[in-house]
Amino acid sequence: MRPLSHQWRMQSKWIDNRDMREVTARFIKPNDRLTSFERIEIYNRQYWFRLIDSFYDDFPGLRAILGRLPFNRLATRYLAAHPSKSFTMRNLGRHLIEFIDANPRLVAPRLALAQDMVRFEWAQVEAFDGRALTPVTVDDLLGKRKDPAKIRLALQPYITVLHLRYPLDHYIMRLKKTGLRGDASNAMEETGRRKPPRKPPVPRPAETFIVVHRLDNSLYYKRIDSRQYRLLTSLQRGDNVGNAIQSAFDDQPDPAQIREWFQTWTELGWFVARASRS
Amino acid sequence: MPANRFNGYTELGIGIGLRIPHYAHILSKKPTVDWFEIISENYMCDAGRPLEVLDDILEQYQVVQHGVALYFGSTDHMDREQLKRLKTLVKRTGTKFLSDHLCWGSVDGTYTHDLLPMPYTFAAAKNTARRVREVQDFLEIPVIVENVSSYAEFHVSEMTEWQFLTEVVERADCGILLDVNNIYVSSKNHGFDPYDYLNDIPHHRVGQMHIAGHSKYEKYILDTHDHPVLDPVWKMYAHAIQKCGPTSTLLEWDAHIPSFEEVHREALKARKFLDAYRPKKIAEPAAAVG
Repeated sequence: MRPLSHQWRMQSKWIDNRDMREVTARFIKPNDRLTSFERIEIYNRQYWFRLIDSFYDDFPGLRAILGRLPFNRLATRYLAAHPSKSFTMRNLGRHLIEFIDANPRLVAPRLALAQDMVRFEWAQVEAFDGRALTPVTVDDLLGKRKDPAKIRLALQPYITVLHLRYPLDHYIMRLKKTGLRGDASNAMEETGRRKPPRKPPVPRPAETFIVVHRLDNSLYYKRIDSRQYRLLTSLQRGDNVGNAIQSAFDDQPDPAQIREWFQTWTELGWFVARASRS
Repeated sequence: MPANRFNGYTELGIGIGLRIPHYAHILSKKPTVDWFEIISENYMCDAGRPLEVLDDILEQYQVVQHGVALYFGSTDHMDREQLKRLKTLVKRTGTKFLSDHLCWGSVDGTYTHDLLPMPYTFAAAKNTARRVREVQDFLEIPVIVENVSSYAEFHVSEMTEWQFLTEVVERADCGILLDVNNIYVSSKNHGFDPYDYLNDIPHHRVGQMHIAGHSKYEKYILDTHDHPVLDPVWKMYAHAIQKCGPTSTLLEWDAHIPSFEEVHREALKARKFLDAYRPKKIAEPAAAVG
């Protein structure tokens, strides 16, 4: 679908440079109030408004850091390159990370921040309604039948483990207090107008490790440290528990601490059995 | 006529669309509502909060599924993954019938997420009916198709919209979800008499009705679902009920959504029209006076 013009109108030329008025007149009837062009334009505009709105619902943090106009420009370019290929709009932003990597000028001068934000917000889409498998229990983990170090675990499909360059969890929480769009889009209309609160300043860089997950069907961001990040991502890659622990620690692992981590993560239902390799 | 094979022999009464801003109210207050209509695609996910809420609603209420993405008028092959997910949801909700729109919206695997108007040709009717049958056969429940509001008409059309609707539902042997507001909107945008539409469709196939509000612009009317139902639409609704009998009716309110009570109150205005055309009980003969 061709993007709208700068004035949010339908393009005046078709892809082969023919006049759109001639093109639309060939298959659409005019009426006494609207030309063929104007009638098709209603649909053309609705298409872009609907998709950009849905995109905004999924990436409100990205819009907050880029600003409305750059965000709309990015959304339009992205959606023109990656139109929806699914019956649901849920997957609309699936290719945004690669798109930004390939088109850094669209988010300049905040490339690193935008890359982090997209990864963080897409992780929330996955955590909201992603597939869940039967979690491994503490008993399973303690290994009554075999050496726990040999166990291969996977993480729930809805979980994303992130290494970010910015503390976006804190930023988003502060932004929510100002009425983040994703929370407000389905809200009932408020009567009376209030002055919108000031948005929080764009975050300063700070290495951050986060697990985006859900518990009792509510979305959570859980801070972890670099060792936990290495351990969890090692498990995700398919390493057994023993090797994952080795990869996490530069020095001697602390068994009590590892036990506590696994206990917490198991209680959160993060682990599932890894499908056996054929 | 209201309970018929096209709506799984149900007489549901007056329902409203299940919308996120009302979740908390419904789950905590458990208001008396005849039934809720859900947008199928909002619950065709793998897990998470949407399905948890749906399960809570299903414990208390009758739910009917209404879809926005089957695109009966498209020419692509039906997406089997989409149909499988839809059937899984049908089993979960126990919906007795399912509705979607008489429109197209995808081409070559690209989705517009819009309800685009059809060219009213015999070839399009044949293709659309085939797809309706395919869905009906796969889901194993009755399917009813809804007339959409539209803003454009095609030169190639060979019949009126209501003739096209009739052609499709009779070829597919399916029911109609009659959206009275959509007929009104399209009649204003295209300049036809909406009562011709209401009079000339196969009334025995109407399994459900929709009513809604719309927005008037200088040169056209937009189907915005963000207002109470307007008087001309209520008048048409009364006529439709007279023709079809007291049919399960749903109020759609999808933008600028007010409180649950306000939406429900608006929906219940349909009651007087339904009651007016409900078959009266035959009175006992008065005792003969000697």
